[in-house]
Amino acid sequence: MKIAVCVKRVPDMDARFRISADGTSLDEAGLKFDINDFDAWAVEAALQLKEKAGQGEVVVLSLGPAAAQETIRKALSMGADRGIHLAADRIPFDGFAIARALAAELKDGSYDLIFFGKMSPDSSNGIVGPIVAELLDYACVTAISGLEMADGRGTAKRELEGAQEFVEFTLPAVLTVDEGLNTARYPSLKGIMAAKKKTLESKPAQLGDTMVTIKSLAMPPDRPPGKIVGEGAAAVPELVRLLQTEAKVL
Amino acid sequence: MANIFAFAEQRAGELRKVALENVTAARALADATGGEVHVLLAGSAGIAQKAEQLGKHGADVVLVCEHDALKDYNAEAIAALAADRIKSGGYRVAVFSTSAQGRDLIPRVAAKLGVGIVTDVTDARIEGDAVNVKHPVNIGKVIATASIASTPAVIGLRPGNTTLVENTKAARVEQVQPVGDPSASRVKVKEMKQGTSAKLDIGEAPVVIAGGRGLKSADGFKLVDDLADAFGNAAVGATRAVCDDGWRPHSEQIGQTGRVVSPDLYIAVGISGAIQHLAGMRTSRTIVAINRDKEAPIFKIADYGIVGDVAEVLPALTAAVREARKSH
Repeated sequence: MKIAVCVKRVPDMDARFRISADGTSLDEAGLKFDINDFDAWAVEAALQLKEKAGQGEVVVLSLGPAAAQETIRKALSMGADRGIHLAADRIPFDGFAIARALAAELKDGSYDLIFFGKMSPDSSNGIVGPIVAELLDYACVTAISGLEMADGRGTAKRELEGAQEFVEFTLPAVLTVDEGLNTARYPSLKGIMAAKKKTLESKPAQLGDTMVTIKSLAMPPDRPPGKIVGEGAAAVPELVRLLQTEAKVL
Repeated sequence: MANIFAFAEQRAGELRKVALENVTAARALADATGGEVHVLLAGSAGIAQKAEQLGKHGADVVLVCEHDALKDYNAEAIAALAADRIKSGGYRVAVFSTSAQGRDLIPRVAAKLGVGIVTDVTDARIEGDAVNVKHPVNIGKVIATASIASTPAVIGLRPGNTTLVENTKAARVEQVQPVGDPSASRVKVKEMKQGTSAKLDIGEAPVVIAGGRGLKSADGFKLVDDLADAFGNAAVGATRAVCDDGWRPHSEQIGQTGRVVSPDLYIAVGISGAIQHLAGMRTSRTIVAINRDKEAPIFKIADYGIVGDVAEVLPALTAAVREARKSH
């Protein structure tokens, strides 16, 4: 089975973000970057399928500046076989543009499965995987938290609001991964050494026209300062009064 | 003048609240330019009955597609149908929801149309040649204003962010046909397990009670369940830590990697308020925090806080809420 996994380098969300002077991007100075959590679970899912089958290839793709190669190396050190870096000055906000560039690279790869994380916390759109599926005319199942493959077909579990859905799909397919599918392995020292020798080719990303651009960035309005109503059960009557008369939610 | 398209999400033949949110938001966009609101409603035979409810929130035309293979969410068939209607209708904006179903559907529709798309939208305006939308990025720590240059612009609203407004229109029903064979989908729903009984979903409930490690054990969540019961209109959520520990299912997880909710009232019980959790609930209208540690970060964003042991405070609050509800 030939599997691709598309991964994104994202900043650590614990950071205090600052808006750049241009007003449309974030200042990256001092930010720590790593592979998107959802994408790490996607890599893990691909590796588990390959290990179970006892054969196959896992190819990792990432679009972005040169530093995206570090993210690919991390996936290689987890056990992926080779990497493809689609070079771009920056990762555009427009998910369609990203999908177009990925699809252009993936289309001649005859992949049976293409994995994505279900979303990334920075641009927070969650659209790249399904758009790639449409562009390649692959079947697509999003936000999976369970997966089984047998006889060239797959069954996936999806969490909906207040319900679980079990779907059957045919190959080739795009799958996007939700939390709960697995726990991503840490790269072993051996894995890190091996990754240094693995193939990682870099080529320009074919982004095409962007249709969505950031006009401005702003910090969210502060919530008005709250108050500590009191301590222990004795504070309950006052809380209930405030919820009824001030917040009017009870 | 610009006509606006809206999608009406249904499950098991009932409209989801987000369907009405989409119509309400589409109505506001249409009124700003003097256009009409056309709503697509797909389901099995009989779903047309729901058109009236859509009209109440501002639908001028309801495009109804009835087919057995559309009973459940059928991604490929509905994406093809929606893209076809949007293309032939010449709409300026297509309004969807960033619900679980919407997250799956919207990118497919945008891809088929080859147009710009933004999800998790908290505000949308047509301004000149662009549709400008607000969209939280970096787990809500920064708010982006994005400009969509294409026509139509495809947007997914943040669920729970639109206050429903009634604005009754005639809701003229037009029957439409599926595109291709909706039974031929490569992805088929084999089984749907409804969650625990009639409990409300955290994305739709006006009140969300969420619990964290401060509840000490899975059994400790009984206190949260009891309080939710006392409200009657509350759903139960949880932090990532307790979902990872298996106390609650991941479907109840609120935060960066879980669900984003904006209820009228959010009660955080035994939750310290890690930034990843705040990402999922900071836009709630009123926030209450109950925590033993008065230095817990959750108190910084809470409107009202009680410092104390949840095992002592919660039963008292549950009794008081039950009493308050009774006197309504």
